[in-house]
Amino acid sequence: MTTDGPVTAELEADAERAESRRGLFLALPSYIYLLFLFALPLLIIGVYSFASRSRTGMPKLEAWNLDSITKLFTDDLIRSIFARSLIVAILTTAFCLLVGYPFAYYIATRSEKTRNILLVFVMIPFWTNFLVRTYAWRVLLGEDGLITELGRFLNLWDSMLFTLPAVYIGLVYGYLPFMVLPLYAAIERLDWSLVEAARDLYASGWVAFRRVTLPLTKQGIIAGSILVFIPSLGAYVTPDILGGAKTTLIGNYVVNQFLTARNWPLGSSVSMAIMVVMLIATIWYFRSGAKTL
Amino acid sequence: MTTAAVGIKGVTKRFGDVVAVDHIDLEIADGEFFSLLGPSGCGKTTTLRMIAGLEYPTEGSITIHGEEMGLRPPNKRPVNTVFQSYALFPHMTVTGNVAFGLQMQKISEDETRRRVGEAIDLVRLSGMENRRPGMLSGGQQQRVALARALVNRPEVLLLDEPLGALDLKLRQAMQLELKEIQREVGITFVYVTHDQEEALTMSDRIAVMNEGQLLQVAPSEEIYERPNTRFVAEFIGETNLISGTVVEPGIVKLADGRLVKARTHSGAGTAVTLNLRPEKIDLHHTEESVPEHFNKLSGTIVRRLYFGDSLFYEVDFGHSIVDAREENRPGRERFAEGAPIIAAFHPDSAEALTE
Repeated sequence: MTTDGPVTAELEADAERAESRRGLFLALPSYIYLLFLFALPLLIIGVYSFASRSRTGMPKLEAWNLDSITKLFTDDLIRSIFARSLIVAILTTAFCLLVGYPFAYYIATRSEKTRNILLVFVMIPFWTNFLVRTYAWRVLLGEDGLITELGRFLNLWDSMLFTLPAVYIGLVYGYLPFMVLPLYAAIERLDWSLVEAARDLYASGWVAFRRVTLPLTKQGIIAGSILVFIPSLGAYVTPDILGGAKTTLIGNYVVNQFLTARNWPLGSSVSMAIMVVMLIATIWYFRSGAKTL
Repeated sequence: MTTAAVGIKGVTKRFGDVVAVDHIDLEIADGEFFSLLGPSGCGKTTTLRMIAGLEYPTEGSITIHGEEMGLRPPNKRPVNTVFQSYALFPHMTVTGNVAFGLQMQKISEDETRRRVGEAIDLVRLSGMENRRPGMLSGGQQQRVALARALVNRPEVLLLDEPLGALDLKLRQAMQLELKEIQREVGITFVYVTHDQEEALTMSDRIAVMNEGQLLQVAPSEEIYERPNTRFVAEFIGETNLISGTVVEPGIVKLADGRLVKARTHSGAGTAVTLNLRPEKIDLHHTEESVPEHFNKLSGTIVRRLYFGDSLFYEVDFGHSIVDAREENRPGRERFAEGAPIIAAFHPDSAEALTE
């Protein structure tokens, strides 16, 4: 095929096909990665949900049944853990938003130099392993820990370790950057002349924020909320290290089914249920966000 | 004298070490179309923003109809602004944008609906009420911005280069329309622009600014015909600046020793710059056709440019080159490059500037 000469419809189609081949080639590593390390394991989990459990605890790929799926709706323990996990995830998201929005706003309205320094501060925690950081909280919140001492000094709280507040502190601490960064990106992009226009049109500072800044940074709120809500719902490490037996969350329950109770089918069906809830919540959130925007 | 719509007294604005506005005094009359004109960075937008309350002066006082504005926030001032980039709320419809100010003022729903309808009619946007700004053309967005501000019936409307983003044809049409709307509503307009033609055609009065200072405040015609400084003369339109010395009142000696009659304002011996607009110069083949009291300078055509509506000549006077513009009218003589000519101009057309 020659590249010189007049273009025909056929040649143009050739060029388009070549373009799409190049695109596929670029995406190929990701496709392979997702197929073998995401789609395939997911399929296995899905299949296990319908399997039964052998006496030794291994899943049997025969005697298909709906036992572990019915259990999701009938078992009180699972239901209460699920409900608690949902509340924890929603409240963690809300706390992160409440703390993260003013902070992201503060960063986005600084001079460029200060902005970059503050952004580095937001990312510094990632330089240390998450597990190590969570253990550090164990020290801070434990007997004789700095925060416990402070609470005793103020007569407000005692050691919070192995309680639900400790789990909230750990989760909000861990996921706050995932809220701050998309919010920062959204606020930084905001056209400030719109806020000035609102002020010029007789809006007070607060009303201008509510009517202009907030709706126009909604994309950041949605992105940040999803990035915090999803890992919070499936959280395992934080509640495991900072929470006690009374604060078992659904992530811990799944791990227990696989490693301790050796009930893989139940663990699988609970995992699938978490995914479905996340999917529904995400879609609902996107929809409602898109509507108000 | 009635109180001015806007009074600016001794206002200075500093941003760190930079002096954006340097001790200006200004009074804008009620119902006036007033333009702040100057190159970018001259402080005109800062001045406008201080009137709006979007910036506060470092020193000085700003009054609106006699009332001191001080540190009053923008939402408590009886002014509205048409922003340079329009700053339309992208998440609201045309109606939502226009109604915003009225909703903020807690105007009743019925009246809001009526006034929004009127404002949209005024800027001829009927039928577009439910569109978002993103679906409008630049000119339409401009009208929404105007309606959004006018609907509040502000005491003073501030416009920050509102036509800057439009192409030439549309800009010219909008200039006329803006002027028309201003006459109709009778609101004081304070108009910021760097486009001297725009300022000349629309304004009752113009303030020319440079480097934070007011150079001249005068009606359009006076700004063009009688600029008070070299900067104003050069910034407004095309001009020739010829240096010389005052010999006696009304007579200026040019650098090559030739004497010309001019409007002088300073005593003998002062160095001046003659401001002579290209269109005020008439070219002649011989001295006979030149009226008696006109100045006559002989020179040579070095370049001729054809502009369609006019012909543009560069004339060499020996020690300086002067531009002359002749309207392209029937019967008008044309001059070839290299031709010796007599350049004639009325003494009143040559203003001797000292600054």
